[in-house]
Amino acid sequence: MENDTYILSCTNISKSYKMGATKLEVLKGVDMNVAKGEFIAIKGASGSGKSTLLHILGTLDRPDNGDVFYQGKNLNSFGAAKINEFRNKKIGFVFQFYHLLDELTVLQNVLLSPMVRTGTLGWLFGAGQAKKAAIKLLDDMGLSARIEHRPFQLSGGERQRVAIARALINEPDVILADEPTGNLDSETGNDILRVFEKLNSAGQTIIMVTHDDRIAAKAQRIIRLTDGKIASA
Amino acid sequence: MAFGHTLNMYDVILPFKLFKGNKLTILAVLAVAVSVFTVIVVMTVMNGLTIDFIEKNHGFYSDCIVSTDSLVGFADYNEFSTIVKSQDYVQAASVVINSFGLVQSGTSGKNAALSLMGFNPKDHFKTTDFTKSLYYRKDEPNLVFLTSYNSELPACVIGIDLIEFRDEWGNYNQWDFLPRRSYEITCFPLTPKGTIVKTGTAVAANTKTYYQSDSSNTSIAKVDGTTVYLPFNELQTLTGMDIEPKRTSAIYIKFKKGFNNNRSVEKITALWKDFIAAKTDSLGANLFKNVNVQDFKSYKRDTIAPMEKERAMMLLLFLMVGLITVFIIFVIFYMIIGRKNKDIGILKSIGASMFGIMLVFLRYAVLIGIVGSAIGIAAALIFLDNVNDLEHLLYDKFGFQMWNREIYAIGEIPNRTGVALPLEVAAAAVIACLLGACWPTIKAARQNCVDILRVNNI
Repeated sequence: MENDTYILSCTNISKSYKMGATKLEVLKGVDMNVAKGEFIAIKGASGSGKSTLLHILGTLDRPDNGDVFYQGKNLNSFGAAKINEFRNKKIGFVFQFYHLLDELTVLQNVLLSPMVRTGTLGWLFGAGQAKKAAIKLLDDMGLSARIEHRPFQLSGGERQRVAIARALINEPDVILADEPTGNLDSETGNDILRVFEKLNSAGQTIIMVTHDDRIAAKAQRIIRLTDGKIASA
Repeated sequence: MAFGHTLNMYDVILPFKLFKGNKLTILAVLAVAVSVFTVIVVMTVMNGLTIDFIEKNHGFYSDCIVSTDSLVGFADYNEFSTIVKSQDYVQAASVVINSFGLVQSGTSGKNAALSLMGFNPKDHFKTTDFTKSLYYRKDEPNLVFLTSYNSELPACVIGIDLIEFRDEWGNYNQWDFLPRRSYEITCFPLTPKGTIVKTGTAVAANTKTYYQSDSSNTSIAKVDGTTVYLPFNELQTLTGMDIEPKRTSAIYIKFKKGFNNNRSVEKITALWKDFIAAKTDSLGANLFKNVNVQDFKSYKRDTIAPMEKERAMMLLLFLMVGLITVFIIFVIFYMIIGRKNKDIGILKSIGASMFGIMLVFLRYAVLIGIVGSAIGIAAALIFLDNVNDLEHLLYDKFGFQMWNREIYAIGEIPNRTGVALPLEVAAAAVIACLLGACWPTIKAARQNCVDILRVNNI
């Protein structure tokens, strides 16, 4: 298939970090294609480069070499403003430690993403609609009673569901989840996985980083990273 | 619109949320409030003292002074005074003699060398604020050189500090009725050539007894403690300035409102130059070379200039207070942004631009500046409104007084702030906050969000 048939793809990605005098090569020529509606787990040992790959796919980081394509368009050719727009509209991130803003309520945390894309005047007219969508999402996540709560008043599982709602609010093409259950007990982790499965069954593309075989098994496809290269896909 | 970047909703809302939800905000606001409070209080009090001093001198000496330092004086003053008075920008002019003499109190027998000032009340009161300084003749200043108990007696006005003591609050306990006090005044008359008038080989001193007709409280310590005022003709006779050509020491000039002071002084200078050029054949032409035309600040530069220098020094000190505020805000912002790393990372992950993140923190800094300034201004205004009561309270309870009025010639502690000073200080505080927040904010916006959001797992 050509690059434009995939929603997201990358070719020959390499990335290294300097750790003092040592150069640590994390990714060594990774090729990867993601079709729309896929649920992919990127698996690998600690330090295998899976989070780095996820960050490069989501444009949070830039590769030393290689290209990332979104629907056939090379993201390397995008300027800063276009990259920000891409990240806001097309990608939804979910992190291991939820990363909610403590000063905001649950609802405001979810609304943060639409706020980034909307000017003050636009917000005057569009806030109602965004709020309605956020409340529906939170309701779907079973958090309708928590919308005015602050993050510290929630359990770990609830916080992660808020983070998922925040990732979904702009209806992104791809959800990038970095160890989303890594900080949760197994029962709560399973709840979160069920949310991802439900989203995927509704057509949502998901790429999830994990080191846990049990969690990776829930995905349709598993990509194993070993020593910065794809060992199996 | 959103990603370019202009005004987005998150960078409007987040500064308020950060402000409300961050304990370090309280520290930053307090730092700004204390700085604003200090600057407003000290500037109000010290500026008040300086401005008060300058205004009193201005009121006493008028706008422009044509004068000579020589005790001999200068001639043709009436002619020049008439020319000056005919100018459309001149409100009034007063011919004044400034001299020295020996004054002996008829009551205590004490004597001292004092300044003597002679003027015609009618002209002088139109030209200066001298009326305000009177006690008994405030309402009928033209009668100032008439004693209330015998209008035939030669009269003088005595500087208040020569006859009364200030209490600890700067008040004088003057008699309700004019006491009968006499003063023997002795002058050594000078000829137009500057030599002492002699009778044979002996120095001819002019001595005459005058009776106090009023006291004068100008609130200029140097004046009130050293000056006795006499009618112009009397002093002219005592000092020998009545010897032809008749002379005076100065002409005080008041300009009409709406005319530029400096410009008017320049015009008087030009008039004077023309006048002396036309008077080369005058009997007193040789005395013109000692005459200067100056505004009151130049005339009293020996006392006003140091105070203005003090004011400039104070501004320099407050510049340092501003720098300290910038540094405090810098440190606090560095701490705040250090704690907000994760939030910055998450904002970037949802598409916030570098500029947008900078705006969040800069607006947060502005909020700190505005709220800190508001608190500082409110505290300063409350403090200044009560500063005199507070001083009285401290004196009553602990015997502490900021300025002992027996020593310092001030009344109440100046506490009038006006609108401009608080606004200027608040604007400076907001700018200081922006400057302090600038580098940490740029650092925050340039942070690599991957480093922030990563949890050790590569």
